[in-house]
Amino acid sequence: MTWIRVLLNRCSAFFRTRQLDADLDEELRAHIELAMEEYRAHGMTEQQARTAALRAVGGVTQVRESYRVQRGLPWLEEIVRDIRFAFRKLLHSPGFALTAILTLAVGIGANVVVFSVLNGILLRPLNVPQPNNLVQIAGEANRGDSQSYPDYRDYQDRNQSFTGMLAYKIIHVSTEIDKSLSQSWGNAASGNYFDVLGLQPALGRFFHASDEHGLASAPYIVLSYDFWQSHFAASPNIVGKVVFLNRHPLTVIGVAPKNFHGTDFFFWPDYWIPAVNSQQVTGWDDFDWRRHREFTLLARLKPGVTQQQASQNMGAIARQMAKEYPDDQGLTLTARKPGPSGNSDNPVKKALLGMTLLALLVLLAACANLASIFAARAADRSSELAIRLAIGSSRWAVARQLLTEAILVSLVGGIVGTFFARLVLGVLSHWRPGDFPSQFLIAPDVRVYIVAIVLSIGSGIVFALLPARQVWKTDVVEAIKSNYVAAGSFRRFAMRDALLLIQVAVCTLLVTSSLVAVHGMIERLRAPLGISTKGVTLAQVDLQMAGIPDPQSRLTQKRLLDAAAAIPGVTAAATSDYAPFLGVWGWSVYSWDTTQFVPTNVAFDAITYSVSPGYFQVAGTHLKTGRDFTQEDKPGSPTVAIVNETFARRMFGTTRVVGQRFKLFDPVRLEIIGVVEDGKYIDPGEDTQPAIFMPYAQGIGPYMVSGPVTVLVRSHLPPDQIADALRRSLSQVVTTAPFSILTWSDAIDRSMVPVRTATLVLGVMGLIAAILAVTGLFGMASYSVSKRMKEQGIRMALGAQRIQVMRSTLSRPVLILIIGACAGLIGGMLAARLLAHLISFPSTSDPLLLACVALFMMMLGLIGTWIPARRALAIDPARLLRES
Amino acid sequence: MPESKSDVLQGTLDLMVLKTLESMGPLHGYGLARRIEQVSENTVSLNQGTIYPALLRLEQRAWVKGEWGTSETGRRAKFYSLTRSGRKQIAQETENWERVAATMARFLAPFS
Repeated sequence: MTWIRVLLNRCSAFFRTRQLDADLDEELRAHIELAMEEYRAHGMTEQQARTAALRAVGGVTQVRESYRVQRGLPWLEEIVRDIRFAFRKLLHSPGFALTAILTLAVGIGANVVVFSVLNGILLRPLNVPQPNNLVQIAGEANRGDSQSYPDYRDYQDRNQSFTGMLAYKIIHVSTEIDKSLSQSWGNAASGNYFDVLGLQPALGRFFHASDEHGLASAPYIVLSYDFWQSHFAASPNIVGKVVFLNRHPLTVIGVAPKNFHGTDFFFWPDYWIPAVNSQQVTGWDDFDWRRHREFTLLARLKPGVTQQQASQNMGAIARQMAKEYPDDQGLTLTARKPGPSGNSDNPVKKALLGMTLLALLVLLAACANLASIFAARAADRSSELAIRLAIGSSRWAVARQLLTEAILVSLVGGIVGTFFARLVLGVLSHWRPGDFPSQFLIAPDVRVYIVAIVLSIGSGIVFALLPARQVWKTDVVEAIKSNYVAAGSFRRFAMRDALLLIQVAVCTLLVTSSLVAVHGMIERLRAPLGISTKGVTLAQVDLQMAGIPDPQSRLTQKRLLDAAAAIPGVTAAATSDYAPFLGVWGWSVYSWDTTQFVPTNVAFDAITYSVSPGYFQVAGTHLKTGRDFTQEDKPGSPTVAIVNETFARRMFGTTRVVGQRFKLFDPVRLEIIGVVEDGKYIDPGEDTQPAIFMPYAQGIGPYMVSGPVTVLVRSHLPPDQIADALRRSLSQVVTTAPFSILTWSDAIDRSMVPVRTATLVLGVMGLIAAILAVTGLFGMASYSVSKRMKEQGIRMALGAQRIQVMRSTLSRPVLILIIGACAGLIGGMLAARLLAHLISFPSTSDPLLLACVALFMMMLGLIGTWIPARRALAIDPARLLRES
Repeated sequence: MPESKSDVLQGTLDLMVLKTLESMGPLHGYGLARRIEQVSENTVSLNQGTIYPALLRLEQRAWVKGEWGTSETGRRAKFYSLTRSGRKQIAQETENWERVAATMARFLAPFS
């Protein structure tokens, strides 16, 4: 273990340098004096003795140096020295340091934000024991993330790959705790849910498969730890308490562990109830209907079974079941990683990867920027560096010094960037679109910090490479002369030209793609909505949550409508089940002659609304042909529908469809009595979709009468006032469930949050790129020109015409600018198309816009080259030659 | 040059120092350097200064230890002496060296 002793010895010496230096000096002095004594004894004079002694020692400085190398930690000492020197250098030019640090902070900050989100959503495993052998059972590609309960039971019986398979779905219900009513979001889960996950309760017990004995047999509820804390003050006596969901009593049997937030990546459930009881609570028949695909399935791989084998197993089961059950026609199944990361077509994943690419490009642009600044600085310091080389410093030492400086800058930039990224992430993680209790675990963790450090050091190395290369090539003899011109400047294509090219290309790409994307989104948001939202207020309540049974719901809806219409100041009122931008429901549409209602016969899926007469007047949707619903469209009379133009065109190829008929499923046959204009239904950026409006009074077959009711009122009164009046009068009609009341414009705003966020992110990236472009292009172009000023001076002195000099100065940068701008433009258009695909907005490549971007970039570069070129021309050639 | 002095082989200086200390007892740097020159009868070219990095190397391995003392002429100097592990090391190093020397000798001997 000698080496440990040596290392310890060296380490301790590292901290006692000064004292040990003194010791060595004294020892050497003693050595020389002892030698001199001997030489004097041999009869030498004092002077001769000293010379002989020094010669025998063989160079005090060399001894000292090799002694030092042996003594401490020489590389560490050198690094410390380098860092100190770099600090001093940077403090001497604070403007440069600040620019560089801010540039990097922006580049690295953007990357940290994007990577944190990526990390939180795609890379983080579920917080359950052994997350690695947990897979999700889902359809291939983007089809069928959700499965039906009957199918789930078949998968369970037929597979040979899993030790257990669980199913769960999200439910949204009213919660009554100690007589106080609120809305909440939870999971309805199969009995084996917690056992398959391998969890232990924090309190009480979980429900198990053995608790299930058919429908409504397990009226239990397990609370999440957070819900237990917030709604029950973490009471230890909670077990046995009764909670009402949609007015159905459920007994609390346990509390989930503290850090378990369910098995979704964006959603933290408040509680779990057995799936056998969810039909009773939600009134929604999930159990016997193979076509109600509502459940997410997770499964544990058997030991030794790979994900691929399991996937093949499930694929075979899917093919078999597709033959057996008409409802399962076209069924495909795979086993993949749970959540967005496992799904190759997941839009969130794609968008995130797109963003990562953009962020990396921003960093690349920042690096190109800094490389040019650093190269310029190194060139300005070339005589200093040359002197250091001339007096014996190794090239490696000088290059390392430059590298240290660069990495120091990039690390500080990285720290600043990460700090800002944390602020941004803090805001992002508290972001709640709508009232959905989404959660984003995107706080930076160790992995994020490691990435930040790697990015910082990496970019430091990248942008220090150019100046380091210059040092390597420096010809010391040439360099030490006063008129030194950096090596390589006369070659046909210098490194800085490549940098200029990269910079133009990347910045053009970023600015183009973000401009195109933002432009596309804005275009999209300006598309007509098919409704007139001004002065319309919406009040939504769920009759199922309120515990109002089907037979009474029509009556309740009528009473709500009457109450709303009676409010003073309300000019018109109507009801619907959902309203555009406030919830959505849809059905598969079949042509009139369909007899087999199986997936392969579906014409298309349409959004459906069950509305009261007068809905279109309140909504401001124009009836194109046919008639509106009347009070005569009631149960017993022929079932009718109004469709939008897209529906008409897709079903019949024309909008003259009044009198035509279609089916939803067997008993539901509908005759079209009118056609309304197209509109937007879920978010303002969507493609036009087919929509069906049906009279609320007629219901949809046996379904969906007791569900959400949205009261729409049009009024000139201020929104606050009308909201209060609505709440007061409607709460008297439905007392057992809360109303959510908001203006229609607010509902639209809320639905636009994702689009707006994407637009904002892209816009900010574009802006950053533009700023980088301005500073970088300008600096690089003028640096490029100024390097050749002396050459041009000579040409002027030899009698060249101004125009000739100008041409030769500008031709290369201009050529590079044009090539770069074109490359960037093409790249930008491709990137924009990719983005359009990812974030789903139309790619409207406005040629004028693109031309503007390219022109702007080239103008920037031109001005950057023009100014120094002019300066070069204005200077007296003789002076130029003398000075530079 | 009529007589060529050979450079000190890497690693041999350490053994020379250890052996010298073993036979002479505590010595200062100058004394050591002179002694090595005398014993080798000036056949090795030794910059006396190189003795110090070598001494430091041995000190770091705790084979020798240095203490400030006074020379016979009353001068303050650092005296080096063998430690117990240094003594043990001599046997080891000697064996190594003899093996190398024997190997070399076999190569250099005229082929029979």
